[in-house]
Amino acid sequence: MEITQKYLRLSGLEPLVITPESNFINVGERTNVAGSKKFLRLIKEENYEEALEVARHQVEGGAQIIDINMDDGLIDGKEAMVKFLNLIVAEPDIARVPIMIDSSKWDIIEAGLQVVQGKCVVNSISLKEGEEEFIRQAKLIKRYGAAVIVMAFDEVGQADNLERRIEIAERSYRILVDQVKFPPEDIIFDLNIFPVATGMDEHKLNALDFIEGTRWVRQNLPYCSVSGGVSNVSFSFRGNNTVREAMHSAFLYHAIKAGMNMGIVNPALLEVYDDIPEDLLNHVEDVLLNRREDATERLLEFAETVVGKSKESKVDLSWREEPLQDRITRALVKGIDQFIVEDVEEARLQASKPLEVIEGNLMTGMNVVGDLFGSGKMFLPQVVKSARVMKKAVAHLTPFIEASKDSTTNSAGKILMATVKGDVHDIGKNIVSVVLACNNYEIVDLGVMVPPEKIIQKAKEEQVDIIGLSGLITPSLDEMVFLAKEMERQAFQVPLLIGGATTSKAHTAVKIDPVYSHSVVHVNDASRAVTVVGDLLQKETSHSYKKSVKLDYESFREKFLNRTKQKEYLSLDEARENKLQIEWKSPDIVEPKQLGIQVKEEFDLRKLEDFIDWTPFFRSWDLHGKYPNILKDEIVGQQATELFQDAQKMLKQVLDEKLLKGKAIFGLFPANQINDDDILVHSNTIEDSKTIFRTLRQQIKKRDGVPNIALADFIAPKESGIQDYVGCFCVTAGFGTKELAEEFEKNHDDYSSIMIKALADRLAEAFAEYLHREVRLKHWGYAKSETLSNEDLIDEKYRGIRPAPGYPACPDHLEKLTVWKLLGVEEKIGVGLTESLAMWPAASVSGYYFAHPEAKYFGLGKIKQDQVEDFANRKQISVEEAQKWLAPNIVEA
Amino acid sequence: MSRIEEILKERILVLDGAMGTMLQRYKFEEEDFRGERFKDWEHPLKGNNDLLSLTQPEAIAEVHRKYFAAGADIVETNTFSGTTVAMADYHMEDLVYELNYESARIAKEVANEFTEQEPHKPRFVAGSMGPTNKTASMSPDVNDPGFRAISFDELRIAYKQQAEALMDGGADILLVETIFDTLNAKAALFAIEEVKDERGIEIPVMVSGTITDASGRTLSGQTAQAFLISISHIPILSVGFNCALGAKQLVPHLEVISAKSDFAVSAHPNAGLPNAFGEYDETPEQMRNQIEEYLEKGLVNIVGGCCGTTPDHIKAIADLAKKYEPRKLIVPV
Repeated sequence: MEITQKYLRLSGLEPLVITPESNFINVGERTNVAGSKKFLRLIKEENYEEALEVARHQVEGGAQIIDINMDDGLIDGKEAMVKFLNLIVAEPDIARVPIMIDSSKWDIIEAGLQVVQGKCVVNSISLKEGEEEFIRQAKLIKRYGAAVIVMAFDEVGQADNLERRIEIAERSYRILVDQVKFPPEDIIFDLNIFPVATGMDEHKLNALDFIEGTRWVRQNLPYCSVSGGVSNVSFSFRGNNTVREAMHSAFLYHAIKAGMNMGIVNPALLEVYDDIPEDLLNHVEDVLLNRREDATERLLEFAETVVGKSKESKVDLSWREEPLQDRITRALVKGIDQFIVEDVEEARLQASKPLEVIEGNLMTGMNVVGDLFGSGKMFLPQVVKSARVMKKAVAHLTPFIEASKDSTTNSAGKILMATVKGDVHDIGKNIVSVVLACNNYEIVDLGVMVPPEKIIQKAKEEQVDIIGLSGLITPSLDEMVFLAKEMERQAFQVPLLIGGATTSKAHTAVKIDPVYSHSVVHVNDASRAVTVVGDLLQKETSHSYKKSVKLDYESFREKFLNRTKQKEYLSLDEARENKLQIEWKSPDIVEPKQLGIQVKEEFDLRKLEDFIDWTPFFRSWDLHGKYPNILKDEIVGQQATELFQDAQKMLKQVLDEKLLKGKAIFGLFPANQINDDDILVHSNTIEDSKTIFRTLRQQIKKRDGVPNIALADFIAPKESGIQDYVGCFCVTAGFGTKELAEEFEKNHDDYSSIMIKALADRLAEAFAEYLHREVRLKHWGYAKSETLSNEDLIDEKYRGIRPAPGYPACPDHLEKLTVWKLLGVEEKIGVGLTESLAMWPAASVSGYYFAHPEAKYFGLGKIKQDQVEDFANRKQISVEEAQKWLAPNIVEA
Repeated sequence: MSRIEEILKERILVLDGAMGTMLQRYKFEEEDFRGERFKDWEHPLKGNNDLLSLTQPEAIAEVHRKYFAAGADIVETNTFSGTTVAMADYHMEDLVYELNYESARIAKEVANEFTEQEPHKPRFVAGSMGPTNKTASMSPDVNDPGFRAISFDELRIAYKQQAEALMDGGADILLVETIFDTLNAKAALFAIEEVKDERGIEIPVMVSGTITDASGRTLSGQTAQAFLISISHIPILSVGFNCALGAKQLVPHLEVISAKSDFAVSAHPNAGLPNAFGEYDETPEQMRNQIEEYLEKGLVNIVGGCCGTTPDHIKAIADLAKKYEPRKLIVPV
């Protein structure tokens, strides 16, 4: 019976019980500033969002515990530990595993223990500072309810041979168990893994002593565990991964047999023990187990011969010999479309009717794809490639099926997908469609800018089982609410799925769910879409799932509404009182070299290659991580590399054959701040020669000394008597995208269709970055001496900003109309605006230019009704209209 | 080993039902809550049930008496919100010691009356330590997930004061209950350990979590087993669940802790799930029938009621519990 056994039991949101039958417990160590340069940088930059991604990645990659360490001279370790742990706790997919609080400073450990509800592991304590301190810390750890790693370290120093390891472990154990009454099952020993093959005689026994020490501890100190950091052992062979991988595996093989049951291992640096070539294994084990006097010299010599013998990749076609079903499944899983038509044809000839091939052979393969994706063993781009193979196969079969008049397929359900009226963004929607189609759902895709009446009408005609709505810009949120109301009025019952970059669980729960009495579910990634749709449509789960979602949103909504009330806001007048005060000095204000409007037509997109920020490209395919590190990521690295190669290939073709057209327009004008929040622009191009940019001011109550900013604050006020300047722009790389995408879709190639759109988006962003640089260096010329790398550009290290209407600093999309009128965007470069003010083509970017050194990006946050009314008045529109456009930013009354 | 630990091996102990539900029947108004002593208090006091221990002590004693008469072995003190954290709503932080002391004293007096009359069935007082109205591992602000409205140390200090007052007033047991956030409970357990250590005494501790909804997790996201592991580091008398769910919905979660714990197991569920008006309307018979499943499966050692339960419910449960053997307790080696 488990309950009376003394097992090491840990918990995050979920339990982790380590029994003698448990496999080796792998501790994730990437969230350690001492071990990961990247993590250190993220913490130093206070980029906690990305730091969380590192943690998430490890958990997704299979780490069963995550080690968190903030010991660095330049970091306030205690503050960073508490902040990071508090954030982790709010992420259920990370917080499900137990946490190892790692520090050499007791106050950091204690601060960590005070913010985590689960049973953690403290890493570490030791007798280094004497018994008294050891006992004091152990008592507190017990009272906080954590397990503990005890280092083989005492007043004399670190244990470096077998006898010392045994001596310190035994003494520590006896103190803990007998004096502190520490549960023995909550003790984990770290017996110091040191490098071997260093060339020094005293290091020869390092691995063996650890292994034998482990064996002694596990046999003589009941119920405790043994852990360690494995990569240390191969330290001498840095740079020779073949040897290191073999060494880690062989070391673990022997250490685990001796009783080591947890540790820090980099899975990317691990070879399967049985796959280590025999001669290499022999040489490695000679060293680890100290089997020969000359073991080190022999391994060093041997290592020379395996250097650079990287695994050669050549196309292996042996799978073509396998049975038909295996070939079809493999083609689908690997996304190989080369042979699919001939294989499907072979299947068709064997089948009694062509439909059987879809329902039998192809679905069998797609089920494998679905399972692998569902369990995290396949990634999104692979699934989209699988879908391409599937579509090709089905296209080959369709004429035969039609000829046999047997066209009723058994789909798992019919799903309508649409990007709502006024919105043109469809990459996410298309990915979800493809993934659902892979799981045997029939997709009715209505495309982009679909008016609500068309969605309603099609949903009725096609008798769909679910409606999925997507949108990227904020006005789309209102469209979704409107559609939900309409569905309610027309007594629809089908579930409504909500997705897209601006959507959120909060918006769905607070604004959409209450207006539709049937299910509304917010789904923001493709893999979750499959389970959600499954839960909604399967008879067994449907009822209870729908009920639980409804309840979940209801309680979420209540909590959300209760919480939002707690924030304090200033009146608009008070906020203006607290505006950003810049001391206007002449060197900070530079007159542009070329005032007025300039157009770049027929722009050569090849100039943009170096300006592309690839990280968001991978994100659009659900691959998370920063470029270029993502290419070497242990989990998604291979997939990211393949995707990147495909992208490079298409990019080259697009650039060489000029398949996409880039155009840009920008203008630089004299301007001054007036009436606190407005910017008066002097142009000679439009009749009254006066344009006014209306900016919005932060109203949330700030700490003392922190201003309530509006973009207008970055421009010198008229009263200062100083002539200042402002700019605005629009760039596009989107002309040609639609045609190319349609061409790909015609050939059943969604993969390429999504790819071209994602590339066009990247090119547009790169274009904006490029143009901004040109403006800083040449056209405005205030930063002539700037020399920044692409990474610096992505990190926005330059002077001046280019905020875009519809984004956090100026969420009001209406300002695009002002920019369009001032520059004549549509007439001169053809980029239009939809009724929701999305730009068309979608791969376009517009914004303002501010040049003052103090200009920085910020988020407007929520504003109050007084500013909405003031804004309506300034803009001469009705309050209702202003409310409609600013809705996501207005404080709930 | 104290007497209660001996008795737990022999029979199922019955905990009382809801205090709040019973107090509603008195229809106390603002002036009743205030009494003579607080008639000039600057803040509204209606709804501060814990205060009734000072201003309406007879009513509190009467409720305890009814539950003991119905067959309860243990009553909970009227101190669910008796911490400086929760009392801040009424600006009564300075009264916390007195509230807890008096509540424990009243309950103990009534318990002694019954124990004298029925020495074979001794009655116990559990000092109720509620979750407070703040959470240490969740942010109240969705836009700022790293923010915390209260720290571990603030909770530890508040709970320590409550525990000391309850023990001084005569509580036999401390009951850390309705745990939404395990970190709050860990602060309470830390405080109790400090008191035990400083005073050099032992007191049995009951721990009772709350599974908030059909997800089967606490509000702070833990599964039943993860919750159990997180509070198992100090010696406790029992672990279990109360509130939020009815007896029926608790079964799977009780099965988990019953199978995976050496401690006694307790359950005091609500009288069903709230109806459309937020009222609990499960009858004593309905509730008894569901609790019979616990007893048939041998899942519990202590059973009682939470929101919506009355002496009638407790009587039905107590009569039933007599017929069954308690869950087997294994003394850990």
